[in-house]
Amino acid sequence: MTKQEYTISVFTENQIGLLNRITTIFSRRKINIDSFNTSPSEIDSVYRITIVINETEEVVRKLCRQIEKQVEILKAYYNTADEIVWQELALYKVPTDVIAAEVKVERLLRQYGANTVVIRKDFTVFEVAGHREETEALIKVLEPYGLIEFVRSARVAIIKASDGFHKKLQEFEYKEPGEEAVENVFLNDHEKVFSM
Amino acid sequence: MELIAKQNKTDVGNAAVSVSGSVAVLDALLAENVDTVFGYPGGAIMPIYDALYDYNDKLKHILVRHEQGAIHAAQGYARVSGKTGVVFATSGPGATNLVTGLADAMIDSTPVVCITGQVFAHLLGTDAFQETDVVNITTPVTKWNYQVTDATEIPAALAKAFFIAGSGRPGPVLIDITKNAQLQMFDYAGYRKCEHIRSYRPKPIVRNEYIAEAAKLINEAQKSFVIFGQGVILGNAEKEFQQFIEKAGLPAAWTIMGMSAIPTNHPLGVGMLGMHGNYGPNLLTNECDVLIAVGMRFDDRVTGRLDKYAKQAKIIHLDIDPAEIDKNVKTTVPVWGDCKETLPLLTELIEKKSHDAWLQKFNDCKKKEEEKVIHAELNPTDETLTMGEVLKQLNELTKGDAIIVTDVGQHQMVACRYAKFNHSKSNVTSGGLGTMGFALPAAIGAALGDTSRQTVAIIGDGGFQMTLQELGTIMQFNVNVKIIILNNQFLGMVRQWQQLFHEKRYSFVNITSPDFVQVAKGFNIAGKSINDRKDLQPALKEMLDAKGSYLLEIMVGKENNVFPMVPQGKGVSEIVLSKEEI
Repeated sequence: MTKQEYTISVFTENQIGLLNRITTIFSRRKINIDSFNTSPSEIDSVYRITIVINETEEVVRKLCRQIEKQVEILKAYYNTADEIVWQELALYKVPTDVIAAEVKVERLLRQYGANTVVIRKDFTVFEVAGHREETEALIKVLEPYGLIEFVRSARVAIIKASDGFHKKLQEFEYKEPGEEAVENVFLNDHEKVFSM
Repeated sequence: MELIAKQNKTDVGNAAVSVSGSVAVLDALLAENVDTVFGYPGGAIMPIYDALYDYNDKLKHILVRHEQGAIHAAQGYARVSGKTGVVFATSGPGATNLVTGLADAMIDSTPVVCITGQVFAHLLGTDAFQETDVVNITTPVTKWNYQVTDATEIPAALAKAFFIAGSGRPGPVLIDITKNAQLQMFDYAGYRKCEHIRSYRPKPIVRNEYIAEAAKLINEAQKSFVIFGQGVILGNAEKEFQQFIEKAGLPAAWTIMGMSAIPTNHPLGVGMLGMHGNYGPNLLTNECDVLIAVGMRFDDRVTGRLDKYAKQAKIIHLDIDPAEIDKNVKTTVPVWGDCKETLPLLTELIEKKSHDAWLQKFNDCKKKEEEKVIHAELNPTDETLTMGEVLKQLNELTKGDAIIVTDVGQHQMVACRYAKFNHSKSNVTSGGLGTMGFALPAAIGAALGDTSRQTVAIIGDGGFQMTLQELGTIMQFNVNVKIIILNNQFLGMVRQWQQLFHEKRYSFVNITSPDFVQVAKGFNIAGKSINDRKDLQPALKEMLDAKGSYLLEIMVGKENNVFPMVPQGKGVSEIVLSKEEI
């Protein structure tokens, strides 16, 4: 099996120390995390963690099982890039005088869909939300114009085939799980996106 | 104070009483039917110990000599009783001393709840005296852990702790309670047991289609082979398991952790798996057509080289932990669930059969092993005593009714190879972690966890010196533990490897020992040391008949090796019976 990029979406309770529990699952196996984002979900008490790693599917599936095994994890899904809609946000700080003087820069920023966040006398900050190739490409482009600082956020991702977590959560809240709440559905629906 | 009466949910409400966090802790223990706590006091847990002063008649507290001893004792207690072991320790060094035991309990799925004191909440993160980040240190070695900084959280945190530790695949839980929370008075509305956590599924749902598929595979197979682990014991599924193998008429081999789930003399029991297990079970793993794994996790000591493990076989894996399926060995049919539920369903669907020719193969292997290994080990002709003959004599005297607690190393392998068991929950050993020093404290816990059976600890001269301070605990609480030290004056297992794989370069395996009998005497424990065959049986008898604890040191051959052996990096069918074959 070949390695590829997987996005893992983990639905969790909110508890201090849980991040550590999740990250040690990776670090213990010497697996590098490319991106790690925590965020609220559509449900008040449920948090959503998005992790990006580069691994084989077999490893990713095992990792998800280990993650789900943790007491405060509700569910962990893994998806390839084509199964999700995802964005990363990048910020670029460039000297204002350079971009004011260079007409080309304006064209480039349009081309890359950059928005201006702040304009000061000394510098201007742009933002681009997009895929990694896009945010990375703009670094290259802006470098000749004196790019001062660059930073990129972790990935956030929406699973295309997901119908949200509300229903799932309800199943979890029942003491006796319904058929849908079982952990082993992937065997039947191995090919389906939203399963493991 | 009679607080547990309030555990009845209908009582909760107006009847709240003001109690301290410490009292709430002890009340929770009583509500969870805890009768024994293993612990060691210290600054940050003093409020709980202060409250314990008034609970002396309801909770037995065993003061150990080191916190590692406390948790191993709690493990021993849990393993023989099936109940959750409970540990008290203070913050900082008290808590860090638990780490080895937590790791041991984690890998061997032992239910333990540890309650550690912690510095005042306002001091957290200030490098206060005896402050350690215990929750973070213990995260990888606990099933769950939690820090309580407010007394109102205590009842729920403990309820969760006991539920998590004891349900599903059991494991250790640590609750760290800051000193202010222990002291804090709060309105206590009674203890509610936890029965459900929405993010935690102790048991996956049983899927009948996989049971049917598994049954079909078994019914169509000619020579299936059953291998089982501690899951059978933890699930209290011994009876269900026996019914399954008896109806299927299939040979069954145990892992070291599964040992004693069925009587060792069961006609279908073909022995132990693993690096120093029996010849047949290892060899024939690579001959069976269907391998049925029940409540075991394909540890590398069981599988040897994975790419040479049961490649010809279809694999049915029954396990309660979904993360175990396909972890090491690719499963053909996974049977998720508690084997107490899944085994009867499977038994129902399989045909009653016998497999005489297939069983005969195991018998032939057994004969070969008898000739090449067992006979000489149990009936040595030269002067020096062997570990095997000690076990043989012990079996005759205990008749297989004793709890055997072993440490780690050669003596452990020999004891598990030759010990006879009639009852489940009788073999207590450190399996996954291989913790030297486990046996003596674990035996204390085992002896207290089941007083109806005799507890015999078998320990090497090396391992005994790791935790021998617990003789003090035995002395103080008159714990009835029979201690056998099998002394070969070496760290025997490492020596064996150095002999076989490192050109006999004996690097720091030569360990000297104190006069163990004198040491025991210092702790007011009777003892004897023998090195002569004619003394063996009388000495064992004297030990077993002794009123209280007794230490028997038996000098055994210095450079004896444990065989058979699946050398590291080899497949299970490459098992060797002697060093000449390596």
